[in-house]
Amino acid sequence: MPVEILKEKFTGKVQEVVLGATKEEGGTRAYTVKLGGSSTLPFLQFEGEIPNRPVIALEIWDIKPDWHECFVPCYGDVWEDPVAWAKKAEEYGADIIYLRLRGADPELENSKTADDCAKLVKAVLENTGAPLIVEGPGFPDKDNEVLQAVAEAAAGENIALGVAEKDNYRSIAAACMMAKHCIIARSPLDINILKQLNLMVTEMGVPIEKIINDPLTGGLGYGIEYAYSVMERARWGALIGDKMMSLPLICLAGPEAWRAKEANAPNEEAGPGWGDQKVRGVMWEAMTAAALLQAGGDLVLMRHPEAAKLVKKQLEDLMVPNTY
Amino acid sequence: MGLTGLEIFKQLPKTNCGECGVPTCLAFAMALASGKATLSQCPYVSDAAREALESATAPPMRLVKVGAGDNVLEIGDEQVIFRHDKTFFHPTGIFIELDDTLSADEIAAKVDEISGFVVERVGEQYVIDGVAVKNASGNADSFKKAVEAVADRTNKVLALLTEDPAAMEAAASAVADRKPLLYAATADNYEKMVEVAKKIGAPLAVRGNDLNSLAELVDKVVGLGYKELVLDSGERQTSKVLADLTQMRRLSIKKRFRTFGYPTIAFTTEEDAVGEALQAQVYVSKFASIVVMKNASEPALLTLLTWRRNIYTDPQKPIAVQPGVYAIGDVTPDSPVYITTNFSLTYYTVATEVEATRLPSYLIAFDTDGLSVMTAWAGGKFVGEEIGPWLKDSDINEKVSHKKLIIPGGVAAIKGKLEDLSGWEVIVGPREASGITSFAKLRLGA
Ligand code: B12
Ligand code: SF4
Repeated sequence: MPVEILKEKFTGKVQEVVLGATKEEGGTRAYTVKLGGSSTLPFLQFEGEIPNRPVIALEIWDIKPDWHECFVPCYGDVWEDPVAWAKKAEEYGADIIYLRLRGADPELENSKTADDCAKLVKAVLENTGAPLIVEGPGFPDKDNEVLQAVAEAAAGENIALGVAEKDNYRSIAAACMMAKHCIIARSPLDINILKQLNLMVTEMGVPIEKIINDPLTGGLGYGIEYAYSVMERARWGALIGDKMMSLPLICLAGPEAWRAKEANAPNEEAGPGWGDQKVRGVMWEAMTAAALLQAGGDLVLMRHPEAAKLVKKQLEDLMVPNTY
Repeated sequence: MGLTGLEIFKQLPKTNCGECGVPTCLAFAMALASGKATLSQCPYVSDAAREALESATAPPMRLVKVGAGDNVLEIGDEQVIFRHDKTFFHPTGIFIELDDTLSADEIAAKVDEISGFVVERVGEQYVIDGVAVKNASGNADSFKKAVEAVADRTNKVLALLTEDPAAMEAAASAVADRKPLLYAATADNYEKMVEVAKKIGAPLAVRGNDLNSLAELVDKVVGLGYKELVLDSGERQTSKVLADLTQMRRLSIKKRFRTFGYPTIAFTTEEDAVGEALQAQVYVSKFASIVVMKNASEPALLTLLTWRRNIYTDPQKPIAVQPGVYAIGDVTPDSPVYITTNFSLTYYTVATEVEATRLPSYLIAFDTDGLSVMTAWAGGKFVGEEIGPWLKDSDINEKVSHKKLIIPGGVAAIKGKLEDLSGWEVIVGPREASGITSFAKLRLGA
C-alpha cells in the first residue's frame, strides 16, 4: 500500500510583488524581479506553486563602509565610488542592488543632502540594469526628506524605499505612492505589529502589491531563532489566507551576520573550533541567510559576494522539483 | 491513529479505585487520550488491555538511543512540526563519516580531528556527536579492524555503515557494548540485519528507495519484532530529502502513522565543507534526527552547530543565567563593576570581553527574565526605575569600596534615573561588548 502523502490544503498564498520596471513598463531596468507568489511552505513544491525563487540583493553604501578588511579584495577598489560599486555588485550576480544611504546620517560631518542622494540614485540607475532598493539613513526626519527626493528622482523605475516603521511610515508611504514605488515596512520581531503596520500602510492607500515586509532579524547565534519563528508564523498566516501576513519577506542577513564577533575576529583572537576568519565570516553570513530562507525569506540582503554565491547554489538545489 | 478517551475507557478495569492519581477510570482515560498520563500509572490494567493500549497511547515518534554509558545520543520523540508550537526536543546528532579503506594513521588522524573539535559558546560546549565508519572496502575484516580502531580511539557514539550482514555482524559484535547505530537494513538484507541488531541490542537504520518502499520495509522489520529504528528514505538530493523528511515528520505527528513514528537520518552529498554544512543546515532545520557528513572542517561546523543550538532552543523561555553578582578574576574592593542582563547570550558575550581585559571585575547579571539589553530596555525591564532600587540594596555595596557602575552604551539614556535612584555614579560604556577591552584600557587603566 503506497504511503498517503500529506499535503496541506492552503487557500492563500504569498502576495506577489514586482520590483523594477523595464523600458516597456516606463522604467529603464534590464529586467524585473518578482518576489513571493508561493502557495506552499518554503521549497515544498509537492503541495503548491513556487513561481519565483527567493532572490539575493547585494548591499552597497553611498560612502566607504566600515566593513571588515576581508571585503577589500572584493570591493576595495570601488567602495569610494557607489556607481562603480553598484556595477560590481551586478557582476557578482546580485538579483537586486540594495543601496544604503549611510552618508546622509545627519550626525556625520559631511552629511549628504537629499539632493546629493537623489543624484546618486539617478547615476546608479543610469549605470546598472538591476532593480534597486534604497534605504534611508535611519533618522525619521532625514529619512523623510531624503526618500522623498529619491522617490522623485527614480520615478517610473519601481524601486523599493525603506524603512517604514510603526512610528514613522506616513511620509515614506506618501513618497512611494506619489512615484509608484514599493515600500519596505519593518516590525520588530512581532507578528501583531507586522499585521498592524501593513494595515496602516494599506489604509493610507499603498496598494498591497507594493509592500515588502522586513520582520527584522538577528544574526546567526544572536537572536536569529526569534526571527525564524516569526517568519514561519507569517508564512503560515499567508497560506491560510491572512492578507495582512501575506507580504514577501526581506531578511537583512548580511548586516546582522557581520555584527557577530565570530564573523569578524582575526585568527589570533579566535576561539577554539572557529577556524580561519576568511571562511568563517563568509560562512557566518551564508548560514544566517540559508537558515532564514528555510523560514520563508523571499529576499535575502547579503554583503559578501562569496556568501551570496554559496546561497545561490543552495537555492538552485532547493528549487529542484520535489513533487511526488 | 490515537484512541479517544471513551475507547480507552472500555479497556480499563472501571473500578474507580483512584490509585492512578485521578478519581475515576474515565478521568484517567481522558488524561491518557490527551497524553497527560501514562498507562503504567494504573496497576490494574490487564495484559490484553495493556497490549492494545500501549501502541495507541505511545508518543507519535519513538525515542531511540544510540550509544551507551556516558555517551548516549537520544533522538526522536518530537511532538511538533513548528518549533513555535512547542519546542524541538532532541537536537540533530551530527556524525562524521570515514572509510575503512583509510590507513591506520589516517583513521587515527581523522578520529582525533573529530574528537578534538570543541566550540565553547555562550557557556556551553558544541561537539560532534558521532563517527560513522563506512565499509568502503567491501571487505569484512578491514571493516571490523577500522571499527575497532575508531572505537579504541574515541568514546564518541558510533555508526556502522555496511549492507553486508556478515561484515556488520563481525564489526558490531566487536563493539556491541557501545550500542552503535547499524546502517542499514534494506529490502535485500533486512532479516539478517534485524538478527544482528537484536543480538547486540543496537538501533537499526532502515533504508528504502523512496517513501513507499521504506514504509513497506519498516512494517516488515517491525513484523520481526524490532522497533529500535531510524529511517532513511534513500533520497539524497537536497530538495527531495527536504520533502521526504517533511512527510515523515508530518505523517508521524499529524496522522500518527506508526510506520514513520521513528527518528530519521540524512546524508550530505556536497563535497566541500562549506557547501556540505549549508546542505546539512536544511536537514537540521527540517526534521532530521541524525545528519552524516564527510568534513569536520572548523568554520563550517561552527556555524552549523550554532544554528542547531538556535533552532533547538525553547521558544517559550530564553536561556538565562542565574541573576546576581559575578566575580571575574581575583576581585578586590577596587575592582570595576559592570552591569548587563541575565540573558545567557548577552551575559556570556560580555563576560568573555570583561575577562579579556585581564582586570579583575564584577559583572552584575541583572534579572530581565532572560532578555537582551536592548529588548529588556524597550520592554521596561532594564531601566533606572528597575535597576536603581535593586542596586541601592544589593550586596555589591559591601563588596566594593566605590560606587561606580559601568552600563552598556546602548542604554545611555537610563543614566540619570539610575543615578538618582541608586546613589551610584554611572559610567556609560561602549555600545558593543567588543569595545570593552579598549574601554578598560583607556578608562580603567587595564
Ligand atoms: C531577539 C530579539 C527579541 C526577542 C527577545 C530575545 C531575548 N531573549 O532577549 C523578542 C522577540 C522576545 C523581542 C521582543 C521585543 N523587542 Co526585540 N529584538 C531582538 C533582536 C533581534 C536581537 C537581540 C539580541 O539577542 N541581541 C544580542 C545580544 C547579545 O545583544 P545585547 O543584549 O544588546 O548585548 C550587546 C550590547 O548591548 C553590549 N552589552 C551588553 N551588556 C553590556 C554591558 C556593558 C557594561 C557594556 C559596555 C556593553 C554591553 O554587548 C552585547 C554584544 O555587543 C534585536 C535586534 C537586533 N538585531 O539586535 C531586537 C531589539 C532589541 N528589539 C526591540 C524591540 C523594540 C522589542 C519589543 C519592544 C518589540 C515589541 N514586540 O513591542 C519587544 C520587547 C520585549 C518585552 N516584552 O519585554 C528593538 C529595541 C529598539 C530600541 N533601540 O529601543 C530592537 C533593537 C529591534 C529594533 N531595531 O527595533 N526582541
Ligand atoms: S488506577 Fe486503574 S482501576 Fe484504579 S481508578 Fe485508575 S484507572 Fe481505574
